[in-house]
Amino acid sequence: MNIYQEDLLDHYENPSNYGTLPNPDISHEEDNPLCGDQIRIDLMVEDDKIKEVRFSGHGCTISLAAASMLTEKIKGKSLEEVKQLSKDDILDMVGIPLGPVRLKCALLALKVLKAGAYGIHAWPGEENE
Amino acid sequence: MHAAHFRPLDVESIRKDFPIFATEPPLAFLDNAASTQTPRPVVDAMDAYYDTYRSNIHRGIYRISEEATEQYERAREKVAQLINAPRTRQVIFTRNTTESINLIAYSWGTANIQEGDEIVLTVMEHHSNLVPWQLLAQRTGAVLRFLEITDEGLLDFTQLREVLTEKTKLVAMGHVSNVLGTINPIQSVIEAAHAVGAKVVVDAAQSVPHFHVDVQQLDCDFLAFSGHKMCGPTGIGVLYGKLEFLEEMPPFLGGGSMIRSVERDVSSYAELPAKFEAGTPSIAEAIGLGHAVDYITQANLAAIHVHEQELLKYAHQRLKEIEGITLYGPSAPHQKMGVISFNMEGIHPHDVAGVLDTHGVAIRAGHHCAQPLMKRLDVIATVRASFYLYNTIEDVDRLYDGLCRAQKLMTRRKQ
Repeated sequence: MNIYQEDLLDHYENPSNYGTLPNPDISHEEDNPLCGDQIRIDLMVEDDKIKEVRFSGHGCTISLAAASMLTEKIKGKSLEEVKQLSKDDILDMVGIPLGPVRLKCALLALKVLKAGAYGIHAWPGEENE
Repeated sequence: MHAAHFRPLDVESIRKDFPIFATEPPLAFLDNAASTQTPRPVVDAMDAYYDTYRSNIHRGIYRISEEATEQYERAREKVAQLINAPRTRQVIFTRNTTESINLIAYSWGTANIQEGDEIVLTVMEHHSNLVPWQLLAQRTGAVLRFLEITDEGLLDFTQLREVLTEKTKLVAMGHVSNVLGTINPIQSVIEAAHAVGAKVVVDAAQSVPHFHVDVQQLDCDFLAFSGHKMCGPTGIGVLYGKLEFLEEMPPFLGGGSMIRSVERDVSSYAELPAKFEAGTPSIAEAIGLGHAVDYITQANLAAIHVHEQELLKYAHQRLKEIEGITLYGPSAPHQKMGVISFNMEGIHPHDVAGVLDTHGVAIRAGHHCAQPLMKRLDVIATVRASFYLYNTIEDVDRLYDGLCRAQKLMTRRKQ
């Protein structure tokens, strides 16, 4: 039952930074065509740092919990630092082994973030493929 | 669905033919609408090809090549008998249903569909019976029209007369919905389509594996299905067509095997079925499909259908006991096949599937390659359980237990 451990369920049920920003500097939304999960991320950037972040959308436990964890992680970080976040960083945060399909759920938020902030549209981990 | 006399399925002995069920507790495999398991006799037949007569077909002048050709063509005969095709050469081997439908769309469609012509589909089509027609419409300027469904998930038959006109050149429809399980009144649709001069393509991917489909009785113009949903291997599918159309149609793929003679600038083409089987085909897979046909025929398709109906009735009854569950599709089991789509309030289908997986229950969660239908149902995705001849009441019980567990786990603090 490790796939639905407490930590993930906590994020799913009480997500951090859930919602939208009134005048975001960056706002981007994408869905995962495999399952229809949809995530939007709004950012306010000041001095090249992420001052405020919100996410919204719908999805499964893994995609929403990963989004919640990601927003906690990037708040206050510089855009350059955030750009370096990789697939493995997300996997470390989520902390459970994931098959190829659920992996996309976990990576959706990072994909949305990178597409919105840097115009990188590939799935994290597949940038060079 | 003939009211034939038959013995009920001996599910216990059938399960012994599937090594995947040998674990304890056995895998509850309920994703048969996506792909079925492969019984030992089918794998053995393919192994025999690889171990004892592996060679190419239709050209070798040596014994094992002749053997391979014979077995490949024997498989075609078995498929022709299964669907009661008038001539064996009306059975074309493809990779799968998708390739069969693309073949029709490119070959017949490009030659026969013009700007302003109408192609009639339903809102419940699998993408494989939708996207090829979108591509054809884009190439030719034809117009796609859609038959709607009722809230019960049944085809809105009253709309048919409105939609079918002299502009209709083609109706392409699934025999059974892969999401709702709805059995469409395909025979009546074919009669109505023929009355306005339209041709009919039947996507039989979800029907041929589960009950007896007779192409002459249906009088369909084309019919497509896949081997891997009927105990056969992946990589082999079937296109059936009426002889007059298959003979007139230009080739789909060009290459070896499909030619009679080749000059530098032009070629003449082989007779059916070779005309549509360019290149070395899936030989082992065709042989495997032939044995899969034997397998389900020996088990008896009428008995398979009855068995699935029993599982479906039981699953309906058990799932309805769960609070907050929504079932999609017809409520009367006789209007549908052994496919049951549902959602649980407040739980994403992926999470339902994830928890069930940890209980050894394999089901499908997602849009099931039917996004327009998901929109019509106003859902992002559904959970789907689908049955086949080897499934048991215990599989359904384990599905039920897993769903209760998912509910407990995922909605614990919301209650």
